[in-house]
Amino acid sequence: MSAAAGLADDAVAAVSARRLSRLRNVNLLGLVATVATVLAAIVCAFPLYWGLITTFKPEDEIVRPGVQLWPEHFTFQNYWHVLTTTKIGVWYVNSLVTSAGVTVIVLAMAAGAGYAISQLDFPGRRIFWGLILASFMVPIPALIVTHFELMSQFHWINTWAGVIAPQLIAPITVIIYKQFFDSVPKDFREAAAIDGATEFQLLFRIYLPMNWGITTALAIITFIGAWNLFLWPFVAVTTDDQMNITVGITQVHDAFGVSYGRDLAVAMLAALPVAIVYLVFQRKVTQAIMLSAGIKG
Amino acid sequence: MIRSRRNEILVAYALMAPFIAIYAVLFVYPSLKMFALAFTNAPLIGPGDWVGFKNFQRLWSDRLFWTSVWNTCYFVILSVIPSTVLGLVVAIAVNRLTGWLQSLVLAAFFLPYILPVSVVYRIWSWMFDKDFGIAQTVITPFTGGEHVSVFRTLPLFMPAVAFVTIWWFVGFNALLFIAGLRNISCEIYEAAELDGAGDWTTFRRITWPLIWPITALVMTIQLILQLKIFDQVYLFANNVRTDATMVMVQYILKQAFQMNKGGLAAAASMVLFILIVGVSVLQFQLLRAKGER
Repeated sequence: MSAAAGLADDAVAAVSARRLSRLRNVNLLGLVATVATVLAAIVCAFPLYWGLITTFKPEDEIVRPGVQLWPEHFTFQNYWHVLTTTKIGVWYVNSLVTSAGVTVIVLAMAAGAGYAISQLDFPGRRIFWGLILASFMVPIPALIVTHFELMSQFHWINTWAGVIAPQLIAPITVIIYKQFFDSVPKDFREAAAIDGATEFQLLFRIYLPMNWGITTALAIITFIGAWNLFLWPFVAVTTDDQMNITVGITQVHDAFGVSYGRDLAVAMLAALPVAIVYLVFQRKVTQAIMLSAGIKG
Repeated sequence: MIRSRRNEILVAYALMAPFIAIYAVLFVYPSLKMFALAFTNAPLIGPGDWVGFKNFQRLWSDRLFWTSVWNTCYFVILSVIPSTVLGLVVAIAVNRLTGWLQSLVLAAFFLPYILPVSVVYRIWSWMFDKDFGIAQTVITPFTGGEHVSVFRTLPLFMPAVAFVTIWWFVGFNALLFIAGLRNISCEIYEAAELDGAGDWTTFRRITWPLIWPITALVMTIQLILQLKIFDQVYLFANNVRTDATMVMVQYILKQAFQMNKGGLAAAASMVLFILIVGVSVLQFQLLRAKGER
């Protein structure tokens, strides 16, 4: 009996000794891996830092050979120049209005459709659901010719409406809303129905507030997507005054000749809103990205 | 009861109304129209005559179209697999870390993804700049001190654009992999360790089979995304020598807006459409079958 127990003790001791030695190995290896990871992260983020720091250097320092990690003479000259001589203010407003427009309309449309498909029974429900899943497969750039034709029939070329409209095809938002509304317990619905609540009250008082977190996550990711979009605003707008900032800043180069500091300064200004939104709402952004990729976050 | 049933249908259609209107006008109609347009000789705006499969025959014999198909596929090969593999590597590396260090490192990898393409373009054309770009210090040892204009050297163009694209997307891919890794429970690893499984065995027998579905997902997402490549190629080519670096979306735009050939552009769009749908369905099935085995 005691021999058996001793054997078992030995076995446990052997396992823990093996573990300990492996732990030590892992610690050394782990340290190396951690250092390598951090170094890789620094290398990956370096272009961002380099782009940013260049905007604070005067032009003669920018073209100086060698790696100068901090400007000798810190200057806002580049920013001042692009703010006063380009139409960046107008482009900002255009981007802001169209991105906010896309966000509001997409969310309103998706919440309504998601609720109807998830909670209500009506003829055509399956067809609409099929249509949503089908539109998920269609590459929107393939529709660019007919979208352009349609927008010009509406006389919406070079308008905010024209930039917004084709971006409203956002099946993933409807799909996510439906999934989240599906998972709201039926008890709430029955209790509220007994109290005589209408469907609209159910949606606005129970279903939407319960999924407030997902609404903000979707709003943030939709806004960032709309702000960053290049192809459609590039096609739909031909005049300087109606350009979005992502398109507009690629024009500055042509207008002022080569000036690295100014080119980068205007780019940093274009990136500023999305960078701030990301840094403030990091968790929401990552959650929304995982959700739209089909992984529960 | 009948009244409330009718009420439910009414409410449902009221809620569906914006969706139906938007999808009918901006999705169903343009899709059908594109399909119809592909068989006509219509200009960009205005009616045209039915020409059957003539547009597709013309695409078949157009060398520029084949260049664009080749460049698109070349770019996909250069970008999709490396960005997926690197995404996995970064995910495993980041997953080991804890606390603030993990958030910081993840943010460093992820931040590029959040930027607009024009900003990515500006940053990297500065990095690679022929005269003053900091990346030239890495390039010159290979060329014997010679500075290289990366985006104006044809053989370097696509690899360089792919490189920038990988940098842009690696954090996004890593994020998806991290989500997948977190879904694997710790107990499986503890059980494996008790059974005396080594690191490699653990990875091969546990992590990989469980991570495979995510890999399929990431690769499919990347493939669909990169087949639609236009922005980076257009910006980095900077209107120089666009024919040699042309990609499919660019070909569609050229036919539609420069050549005013709506029908031909629609036909090219259909080819892109079929390619994306076909490849994604095929790849998804393939990867799923392998994952199940």
